[in-house]
Amino acid sequence: MIALSGIAKRFANGVQAVSDLSFAVERGEFVSLLGPSGCGKSTALRLAAGLLQPDAGTVTYANGKPEIGFVFQDHTLMPWADALTNARLPLDLKHVARGEADARAAAALARVGLAGFEHAFPRELSGGMKMRVSIARALAAEPQLLLLDEPFAALDEITRNGLGDDLLKLWREDGLTVLFVTHSVSESSYLSQRVLVMTPRPGRIAADIVLPGGRDNRLAPATIEAQRSISATLNSSVAA
Amino acid sequence: MKRVADIALPLAVAALLLAGWEWAVSHWQVPVYVLPAPSAIARAFTENLGSLMAALASTLTVTLEAFAAACVLGIATAIAFSQSRLLERTLYPYAVILQVTPVVAIAPLILIWVGFERINLALVIIATIVAFFPILAGATLGLKSADFNLIDLTRLYGASRAQTLWRIRLPTALPYILSGMKTAGGLALIGAVVAEFVAGSGTATGLAWRIVESGNRLEIATLFAALALLAATGVLIFAALSLMEWWLLRRWHESAISAS
Repeated sequence: MIALSGIAKRFANGVQAVSDLSFAVERGEFVSLLGPSGCGKSTALRLAAGLLQPDAGTVTYANGKPEIGFVFQDHTLMPWADALTNARLPLDLKHVARGEADARAAAALARVGLAGFEHAFPRELSGGMKMRVSIARALAAEPQLLLLDEPFAALDEITRNGLGDDLLKLWREDGLTVLFVTHSVSESSYLSQRVLVMTPRPGRIAADIVLPGGRDNRLAPATIEAQRSISATLNSSVAA
Repeated sequence: MKRVADIALPLAVAALLLAGWEWAVSHWQVPVYVLPAPSAIARAFTENLGSLMAALASTLTVTLEAFAAACVLGIATAIAFSQSRLLERTLYPYAVILQVTPVVAIAPLILIWVGFERINLALVIIATIVAFFPILAGATLGLKSADFNLIDLTRLYGASRAQTLWRIRLPTALPYILSGMKTAGGLALIGAVVAEFVAGSGTATGLAWRIVESGNRLEIATLFAALALLAATGVLIFAALSLMEWWLLRRWHESAISAS
């Protein structure tokens, strides 16, 4: 689906965010990008989305650039617009007819459990609900590739777990390809099929861990075992 | 209860002040050409109602035309700045120069250039110069304040510059523009009055000229009546713009929500 190869990116302030970063995500995979704060995870995600241009290396897509949905760490909603208008933004920008756009945005809101909240403004919604609108907005454009940048980091644990389960359900139902940036070992161990562990800045991939099946819930032995192995790899990559 | 107090308390202060003023003038027998009593001012107001209203209409027309021109020019210039940093860096200093130069100093020049036969146009230009800057400053800051992630999102979906401007930058800038407009509304009135003062006799027919004329004739009660009318107009303009601001922001902006 998408491959990053030999990517380097230095920002104007002189910070070398990533260096020799290479990884690929296959169609239909759920891959987590895990690493300590400031290791260049978000930069990698923006490079994958084409929002940043690399100084060196290439980003290639298997069959041309896919439709991409992007979810930021905070909800990034338009405070002046209701939930429906927010979810409809990608469709409005693509000049989809209003009637169809409204129907698709409303369907996306319903899929994230927000039916009936179409005309609520962001300030009237809880943190978790705002993040759901943000996910609905990403889904409204019917993406093939969903990029999420620590989307649940600012939420409480119960909300975070609920949203994680919903994300898994959406991934299974839609056959999405998901690249999920996180600094949470437990989140990555439960949600993803593969975990890419990044080194501290400048970030590159230290380990590519394929997780076994049987992780049906957060406390399943296979999930706990996956956490142990991810933690060990993360610790050794940070220490190295 | 709080809302009643918001209105009742300033009114009570006004009533007290007027009563004290009325009493002081009659007690110390202050001559009417120094300080007329509120009752004398009210009498002057009703006696000159026709001419004062005509003068008000003239000043208000200049004010509203200048305010509209300042809004259009200020927002349009800010949009141009938001599309080109080079343009902003090149032209913003001149906007500042226009702002810091006292308008009374350039008003005579504008009157000469535009010509006394088109006096109203000259007055509108002078008042526009006074009102322009707060809108430009507010709109420029507002257009730059859009959430970077939202801008990135529009890029991801291939939005045009016009779409980003219309859907993200202008709504973000709205509270800043409205705040600039509230300042500009009062400034447009001040600009119109200053312009009338500078334009002088024989040309101007607005409230400022009524004030000058009444002063020259020692009709101090009429002067006060014109002054009160001017102040009331300024307050009304501010109130109308505040109401518009509240109405436009009431659903989403913190400023309007905490006020409701």
